[in-house]
Amino acid sequence: MNKLEITEAELHAWLDGELPEEHRSAVESFIAAHPEDAARLEAYRRNDHALAGRFDSVLEEAVPARFAGRPAPRRGRFLQYAAAAGLLVVGGFAGWHLHGVYGGARPGDAPSWARRAAVAHVVYSPEVRHPVEVAADQEAHLVAWLSKRLGAPLKVPRLDGLGFGLVGGRLLPGDQGPVAQFMYQDGQGQRLTLYVRTNREQIRETAFRYAQEGNVRQFYWIDRGLGYALTGEISKEDLLKVANTVYQHLNP
Amino acid sequence: MDRDSSEFSARIDELIPRLRRYARALTGERTAADDLVQDTLERAWTKLHLWRDGSDLRAWLFTIMHNVHVNHVRSRGAPTVPIDDDMADAPVRPTQSDLLEVRDIEAALQRLPLEQRAVLLLVALEHMSYQQSAETLGIPIGTVMSRLARARERLRVMFAADAGASLKVIK
Repeated sequence: MNKLEITEAELHAWLDGELPEEHRSAVESFIAAHPEDAARLEAYRRNDHALAGRFDSVLEEAVPARFAGRPAPRRGRFLQYAAAAGLLVVGGFAGWHLHGVYGGARPGDAPSWARRAAVAHVVYSPEVRHPVEVAADQEAHLVAWLSKRLGAPLKVPRLDGLGFGLVGGRLLPGDQGPVAQFMYQDGQGQRLTLYVRTNREQIRETAFRYAQEGNVRQFYWIDRGLGYALTGEISKEDLLKVANTVYQHLNP
Repeated sequence: MDRDSSEFSARIDELIPRLRRYARALTGERTAADDLVQDTLERAWTKLHLWRDGSDLRAWLFTIMHNVHVNHVRSRGAPTVPIDDDMADAPVRPTQSDLLEVRDIEAALQRLPLEQRAVLLLVALEHMSYQQSAETLGIPIGTVMSRLARARERLRVMFAADAGASLKVIK
């Protein structure tokens, strides 16, 4: 048999058991007569097996719980719209109901900056790869940078005691200039964001106020001229606990 | 969850370990691989209505995974070398960096162009037929065969070169 009559593709097809029956014996006699090609095919087979040997163990690994079953809508339909439609959603927040937690607040719409904070939360908290611009391992740089841009000394509250570690932060455009967003995450991947803005209005302090849309809950307040909005999809009680901790850290 | 989607869910769950194996080999990195699996599953669920019952669910999922991965790689602007399939007979020679860096099969695999790596993995790990591989990747069967041949030859040459270098050292 002349080598020209056997193609490279046929040799691989033989290796992979894809060769039609009627061609098999011709290819096999060719291989028998050409030791170099036989050695080459043997090397291909060996490498294929080495690949299987390297990666087959993945089949035995426990499947992460997040892959099991249909992914629960991680954030309700509203949030999908938010992620997809960005600013359009701002209008959707106009219907937020609002009431003071500590009394004194009267029902009304959340201010536009708090709504912006909620939108920023739903846009960035689902991010898998780029949830923040600067990660927590560069916390000093993060704080210095955001403080400089906001023109106010910022502090990052520690929430580790409540199970929420700092992921990092980012700079965002606010209604009156730059604002900061810090992101926290617990062991289950549940994320909270703390939005901080400088407050040019004359109000120096307010009580905690609460707003909600679907599963997205938010406490916001003004303290020493800075506006804070803490947003997450945890229960109102838990969120309040976090808000109190944030407040205490900022007012030691 | 309705009956159809719970049955679909069970069938997908069975395939997850294989999707993870392919993703691990394709990306060469555990976290990136599981992100790829997650993105694939999410897309599969949103495109469930496009899957025709009775067609090969495995091929459908692998197609989604491949497309998601290609999009990721493109959006990162990573240097993938486009393959000219007309150059199937061009000789394969190891480059200088191949000689220096290939230490094991996994490293060698990551040095293959994505197009060749995908075909090799479908055949060698998933044991897909050439026809199934062609359908999964959306390419002609002849292209599957030429990419497979080049992938295997390139791996072989990398190892042959490596073995040669070791022998010289031992001398």
